[in-house]
Order: sequence, then C-alpha cells, then structure tokens
Amino acid sequence: MLKIDNLHVEIEGGEILKGLGLEVGKGEIHAIMGPNGSGKSTLSNVLMGHPRYDVTDGTIEFMGEDVMELEADERARLGMFLAFQYPSEVPGVSVANFLRTAVNSVREKELAPMEMYRLIQEKMKIMQMDPKFAERYLNEGFSGGEKKRNEILQMLMLEPKLAIMDETDSGLDIDALQVVSKGVNELRGPEFSAVIITHYQRILRYIEPDHVHVMLDGRIVTSGGKDLALQLEDKGYDWVRQEFGSAAQS
Amino acid sequence: MPEDKSIQELGLDEYKFGFHDPEDYFFKTPRKGIDPEIVAMISKHKNEPEWMLEYRLKALESFLSKPTPQWGGDLSDLDFEEIYYYIRPMENQGRSWDDVPDDIKNTFEKLGIPQAERESLAGVGAQYESEVVYHSLKEEWEKSGVVFMDMDSGLREHEDLVREYFGTIIPADDNKFSALNSAVWSGGSFVYVPPGVHIDIPLQAYFRINAENMGQFERTLIIADEGSYVHYIEGCTAPTYTTNSLHSAVVELIAKPNARIRYSTIQNWSHNTYNLVTKRAVAEENATVEWVDGNLGSKLTMKYPAVYLTGEGARGEILSVAYAGDGQHQDAGGKVVHAAPNTSSLITSKSISRGTGRSTYRGLLKVHEGAVGAKSRVECDALLLDENARTDTYPYIEIEEKKVNTEHEATVSKVGEDQLFYLMSRGLSEEAAMAMVVNGFIEPIAKELPLEYAIELNRLIQLEMEGSVG
Ligand SMILES: Nc1ncnc2c1ncn2[C@@H]1O[C@H](COP(=O)(O)OP(=O)(O)OP(=O)(O)O)[C@@H](O)[C@H]1O
Ligand SMILES: [Mg+2]
Repeated sequence: MLKIDNLHVEIEGGEILKGLGLEVGKGEIHAIMGPNGSGKSTLSNVLMGHPRYDVTDGTIEFMGEDVMELEADERARLGMFLAFQYPSEVPGVSVANFLRTAVNSVREKELAPMEMYRLIQEKMKIMQMDPKFAERYLNEGFSGGEKKRNEILQMLMLEPKLAIMDETDSGLDIDALQVVSKGVNELRGPEFSAVIITHYQRILRYIEPDHVHVMLDGRIVTSGGKDLALQLEDKGYDWVRQEFGSAAQS
Repeated sequence: MPEDKSIQELGLDEYKFGFHDPEDYFFKTPRKGIDPEIVAMISKHKNEPEWMLEYRLKALESFLSKPTPQWGGDLSDLDFEEIYYYIRPMENQGRSWDDVPDDIKNTFEKLGIPQAERESLAGVGAQYESEVVYHSLKEEWEKSGVVFMDMDSGLREHEDLVREYFGTIIPADDNKFSALNSAVWSGGSFVYVPPGVHIDIPLQAYFRINAENMGQFERTLIIADEGSYVHYIEGCTAPTYTTNSLHSAVVELIAKPNARIRYSTIQNWSHNTYNLVTKRAVAEENATVEWVDGNLGSKLTMKYPAVYLTGEGARGEILSVAYAGDGQHQDAGGKVVHAAPNTSSLITSKSISRGTGRSTYRGLLKVHEGAVGAKSRVECDALLLDENARTDTYPYIEIEEKKVNTEHEATVSKVGEDQLFYLMSRGLSEEAAMAMVVNGFIEPIAKELPLEYAIELNRLIQLEMEGSVG
C-alpha cells in the first residue's frame, strides 16, 4: 500500500527526516510514536505533498505508484488522506459546502445532491456531531476536539485507502476519543490502511495497531507490536535514545 | 434584428412601450471631445426643456474648470478629447456579434448563456423575453403609481419631479466626473415610489432593456416616498463593455421618512474601462438606505457610495466587494455622514487582490455636532492572493460630537500555503481551493444578494481568477 524508502527531507536548509523507511501493507494499522520535534508532522505533510518541504532523497510509493511529483489533490484522488494536527480555518465556507466539493473532487462521478445530503447526515451521526455543524464555517471557532471530529468526518466522507492521522487523539476527552476511534474503525477492513501518529497509547486501546514504530530524530529507530506502545508510556523515550540515539546521530 | 413585421406581430414594437421615438434610432455626435456645441446638440436631439440645457452647459463649465483629481487612481492615460460623448444607443444595438470582443464572448460561453441572450446582453440584439416580463410587471407597478422608466423618458413625462430633485443630492459641481455626467448624461433610470408602497420584486434595469441603460454617462434618480420600499438592481451581472473607455455615472437616491431603498450593483467592466461613478443617497427620518456594490473588471474604478443621514433615526449601510486582478486598480469604499441624532451606519468592504492588482479602501465617516447617539461601524477586509498583490486603506474620520459610538476594524489576510494545502489535500485543485477561499471571504456580501446574483458574483470572480493560478 505505502512504501517509504530512505526519505530525506529538508526545510529551510535544516534536515528533518534523515533516511526514513516504512512499509504499510494493505489493511494494516501502524502507529508511530516519538518525542516532540522528531519529525512526525513533517512526515505526514511530505506524504500528502505539502509544497513547503524539500525532499532531497528517497522514494514514496503508494499502491505501487511513485507519488513524489504529484500535487496534494492528485494524491487525495489516489486515495490518500491526512487528518491534520492543526486543521486550517476557512471563513465563509460551510462544512457542508466543503464536504460536497471535496467528495465530488475525489469521485469520478458527482454525487446527486440528495444522496450527498443523506451521506453527510449519516456520517455526522456516526461522529455524534450536531447537524448544525454542517452550516458552520469550516473550523472557524471550533474547539480543539470539534476540529478533530471534523477531520474524521471528512475521512468518512472521502473513504480513503490510506489515512495518516497526525495526533488526532491529542486534546480529546474520553467520550470524544471513543467517537473518533469508532469513526476510524468504521473504515477498518482489508482495503483500508492507517498510520496513526500519537503520543499516548490510550487511542491504541480502541484502535488496535498491527505495528508500532518509534521515531527519533527523523528516522524510525525501532518497531514492534502493540506492547511497544505500553512500554514507551511506561518508560518514556530515554531508553530509546540510549539504545538507538547514537545510531540516529551517525 | 428580425424584420419589423414580426416585431409588430408580437406586439412588441418599441413605440408601443414608449421606449423611444422610432425616428431617434441613429445619432452620434459628429466628433470626439466636448464643448458647448456638442452639449447643446445632445440636449436638442433629446428635445429637452430649456432648463436642462442650461443645467448641462453650466455643468460643462464646471467640468472644464476642474482639474483631474490627483488622488485615488492614476488617470493620466485618460484623454477626454478621445471620447464620443453621445452615441445614440440604437447604434450599439446595430453592432454585429462579430464586433464583440473575444474575451466577452468567452465569458458568455462559460456562463452558459444561450446565444440569443448573449447577443442582447452584448447589446447586439433585441430582448423580447425581457420585454414581455417587463411589460407585465410594469402594468402592476403602474397600478400602484410606481414610476420606473429611463431617465430621458422621466424628464419628458415627469418633468416637475425631475426638476425638483435632479442634481440636488449630487450637484453638478460636486466633482469633475459628476460635472461631466451632468453635462452629457443619457439613459439611466428614473424611479418614483409613492408613499407606503412596497415593491416586492426588485426593479431591475435589466428588464428595462432598451440599450439606454448601458450608456456610459447614465444618470439615475430614485425617490422613495414616505414609508415605501424598493430594491433596485442596476445593470446585469454579465460583463458590460463599451467601445469607449470611460464610464461615468451619477446615481442619486432619496429616502423620505420611514422609507427604505436598497440599491445593488454587480458589474464586470472590460479591462480597458475607467469606471468613475458618483453615488449618493439621502436618508430622512427613520429611513434606511443600503448600497450593495460589487466591482469587477475595469482598469481603474473609483467609487465610494455615500449616505447622508439627515433625519433622526436614519440608517445607512454600504457593502462593497472588489476584485483587482493583474493591472487593475479598484479604489472603492464608502462615505457616511451623520447629521442627525440616533443615526446609525455600517460600512463593510471586502477586497481581493491578485498578481499586480491593487485594491484600495477609501472611506469617510463624518459625525456632525448634535448627532447625539450616532453609531457607526466600519469594517474593511482585504484578501491578498499572492505576494505581489497590494492593498491600502485610507479611512478618514471626522467626529464633531462626543456622545457617539464608532468602531473601525481593518484586516489584511493572505491566502496561506497551509490553507491551500489543507483544501487540496481533500482533492480540490489549486484553482478550486483558491476559489473556495475567495468565495468564503465574500460570503458576508453574497448572502445579502438575491440568490441568483450571489451565484453569479461567485462565478464571475471565479472567471476573473481563471488561468491566473500558478
Ligand atoms: N517551517 C519550519 N521551519 C523550520 N523548522 C521547522 C519547520 N517546520 C518544522 N520544523 C522543525 O522540524 C522539526 C520536526 O517538526 P515536526 O512538526 O515534524 O515534529 P513532530 O514530531 O510532529 O513534533 P510534535 O510531537 O511536537 O508534533 C522540529 O524541530 C521543527 O522545529
Ligand atoms: Mg506534530
């Protein structure tokens, strides 16, 4: 599904990703954990095609296709999705209008207005969002948790093949965390893969990962099963630094 | 144009509707430029009363004596000697479709306007459909005493009313361009709404489609008598263009006590036009005047709709949106003068600049001494679509009264890389993402317009933006 090899990324002259490799198979859920500033959001943005980053080396393949030269919208149409850590606000554009435009952009055939309406209602219900949100301006004045729910709502509407979730669980209360997890599990199946970036293992109790990776200083330094997440929460990152830090420096 | 016979058969001949006398079809001033002889010729051609001729000639003196304004936009390329000041509009209608510039044709194409409609919008055909619609509406209005006709007919048929109000809100010598318009005006609308009459359907110059309202120097006067209501929509949203490069209109509104006038304009001028318009309204006791103004196209627009709040409790609102693309300057804003107690006003101005486009907000808020309890809010927001685009704000504020409440807020925002990336990550192309941000930005104005105009505004801005991405 997704294959990243030896990825090197710079921003404003500083190297952030330093030879990162990761493979995500069809239907798999991967979790990435790592200290602040280790490059997780950078990875997310680069995967989705943010123009600000310079990829100096390495490859990204999605479903066997090299996506490096593709714009963000082209990647979205291939079935990639990024749930943002900090979603942008777009004043004056209602959530419903945005969802309609987005869904029709990734689909080959436009959805009939009535079907679209029903789809929005249905997905909002899953996300336990007040129907009033459909008429609010995109992310404007949304609370942190509301923004995250809105991200997952978009994911449900767009039905991507691969979702990258950048700290979607941060700042959620327990109820919201369950709702968001439920949203993700809706899509779970043999055709859906996800990369969940998180600082806490609690979301992984609701969305069980197949693999857990630890990111340090721009690389994946170790990987394991879901026990690794527990271990990290218990012991922090110091032991990872001690064990793999020198490797990361070289 | 179809043969006269079929027009007769349809019962749609222009004579019948009193649009104009059939023998008036073609007339053009014999030369470019302006002098007393030309002005006299125009007035004579229209068979105007003596006082109007005198008015025009005096205005001409004023025009000639005033220097070209040095503030606002760059007018140095505007050559007053190179303009025909009066072309009998029927001649415009005689133009063939082949004469219409390609960019205008393309726009019609993209807007999906049928060929017949396109031709009439471009001023090359007759407008039977609209005339039929207009005719039935007209009968209804006439029953309640509403007057709605072109200004030339207004002068002929309602001379007393015209004489009483014409030029009282905007005197000929107000500024160089109002003087010019007063000297050579032609076309525009004359509207009178009797006391207590509410007109539900907006009056649209579009229905009154004899080509006069497309004139370069149109003159509009709207009088809403006590307690009446009227929404007037100027022009149509399809691109308007003139073969000449100067459009200089004067619009005067009078809202008597408790009356309400809403005046909406969305215009898309061809990119070689200087659009220099003077619009001013008086709102008497508890009256309301609202200007909704969309400025697209043109090379330079200088337009600042004004409301004079002369009666206690009067209210004025000015909503404007401007789009300045490559090589364009939109110098727009609004003026409000509070001259009575407990008056209130709201100015909302939104501008979008792109490429080498420049938009300027220029506004005046004046509160006279004694206008106790006046309330005013001015909000101007500029959106820059790229690094080169430019915006400036010139809010002039003169307040002579202490017991007032005024707020002023100005914001400048840029379409950010992150915002575009966010939208594109959901499958929107860069162009669609940009358009979405822009549509969101003008939403507060668009929602004040009748739905079809709001949609049109969005589409027109999209068209203006098209092809300039990247
Ligand atoms: N625009 C930028 N200019 C300069 N440095 C940047 C820029 N964006 C990110 N960085 C740097 O890149 C590094 C990685 O940032 P990134 O946001 O990817 O970290 P992260 O792992 O997502 O952290 P967190 O857990 O706090 O979200 C940080 O040191 C950050 O300061
Ligand atoms: Mg991050």
